[in-house]
Amino acid sequence: MAGQTDMELIKDGIRLDGRKPDELRDVKITAGVLDNADGSCYLEWGNNKIYAGVFGPMECHPRHKQKADRAIVQARYTMAPFSVNDRKRPGLDRRSTEISYIVSQAFEKVVMVEEFPKASIRVDMQVVEAHAGTRCAAMTAASVALADAGIPMRDMIPACASGKVNDVVVLDLNKEEDNYGQADLPLAIIPSTGEVVLLQLDGHLTPEQFEEAMDLATSGCMDLYKIMRDALDKSYGGKK
Amino acid sequence: MSSDSVSNLMKGHMESLAAEGKRADGRSINEFRDVKIETGMINTAEGSAMVHLGKTKVLCGIKMLIGTPYGDSPKSGTMMTTTELAPLADQSFDPGPPREQSIELSRVVDRGIRESRMIDFEALCIEEGEKVWTVFIDLYILDNKGNLFDCCTLAAAAALSNAKIPNVQHGIADEDVDLPVTCWPISCTFGKLGDKVILDPTSDEESVMSARFTVAHDENGNLRAAQKGMNGAFTDAEVREAVKTARKSDNVLREALKGI
Repeated sequence: MAGQTDMELIKDGIRLDGRKPDELRDVKITAGVLDNADGSCYLEWGNNKIYAGVFGPMECHPRHKQKADRAIVQARYTMAPFSVNDRKRPGLDRRSTEISYIVSQAFEKVVMVEEFPKASIRVDMQVVEAHAGTRCAAMTAASVALADAGIPMRDMIPACASGKVNDVVVLDLNKEEDNYGQADLPLAIIPSTGEVVLLQLDGHLTPEQFEEAMDLATSGCMDLYKIMRDALDKSYGGKK
Repeated sequence: MSSDSVSNLMKGHMESLAAEGKRADGRSINEFRDVKIETGMINTAEGSAMVHLGKTKVLCGIKMLIGTPYGDSPKSGTMMTTTELAPLADQSFDPGPPREQSIELSRVVDRGIRESRMIDFEALCIEEGEKVWTVFIDLYILDNKGNLFDCCTLAAAAALSNAKIPNVQHGIADEDVDLPVTCWPISCTFGKLGDKVILDPTSDEESVMSARFTVAHDENGNLRAAQKGMNGAFTDAEVREAVKTARKSDNVLREALKGI
């Protein structure tokens, strides 16, 4: 977060990309796009483009990571070298490692890991084009891929960020708002219980703004949850 | 199904099919799977392409940065090819630094593009001996259903032909121009299945075949690069025959590339 900026990111309640403060970018989700993976998903969120693939449950490698009483979720978030304007070096950097780690832990809460002792469930998230908010987009795609793989879960976890630009709390920061805004708060929830499974914050929020940002991100997650369910309905011909 | 169980159950079946000139998916032995090419889907890349060869899917993105030329070619731009065997493409792909398999793949694709002189490297010189464009060809394998070599070469060629030099972003000129492309290299990969040689092997066929041979031609039908892989062998006659077959069979890929 760059903090204070002279840049006008929101004017008369309308943001640079024409959205209202509480509006999500367009989200398109398609389940089952890859053949080899046990479950997969392609997601476009604004200009973000992400593939997610799931393998498992399968034997956990390396062995020392096995848990005697449950499965582990091995999530991996990576960005393609061409996904950003300056070429990114391929492979895991510190940021991707952190995201992979917290996303793994978030999914261990909803996946019924106790059903598969000693197993591993691999969740791979591949960002091929990035325009802010990719960790939330990747998690959302991963949830749909897990459902597509038929992995037993208590619920899916939609993830969505809220933040602050020019002292206004807004939903789902775009690239400019992410670069020049004042706060960013990615949130992932379990819709059926309202529990929080991932929350990060960087920037500056007053206690009142924090409350407002939480409300906004939660409602964003619920909107997203509907889009996720619709995508699965479309693939599997669920309730009409 | 894991590759080991395919090997044990299917090896005899696939070999006897090949002996009759047939394939498990109904193709003849010298036929490519259906190919589909889409371009320009990644806005952050200078050029991009997605190639579907049967069910194999490869996404290629081109990035260009300003670098320094090699001492022995001060007037030429440079290029670098990487392949990422994304773990979501195949259960057997492990996360981590590139392994031999990925490095071999990158280098074979790189040779096909480089040796065909597909890119006019001299046109990528900005200041002789000081500044040239470096072209990064990054290939992401999204779904591995066999024959990554040909699919990657095709994706790289398609993405390059769709690329624009980012002059404006780097303050070199007022306008972005097309990357100068001179010709189209096409690679054809063969597998040895029992006593037969088959074109464009699927992943099931790859798991039971003993040897692999890749040859890249330019559009005048001249050879530009080749590579034999895996621990089996081809006879001299098989290699010569494969090269001839490649010249006849690569037309479908060439047509698909011209159609974009």
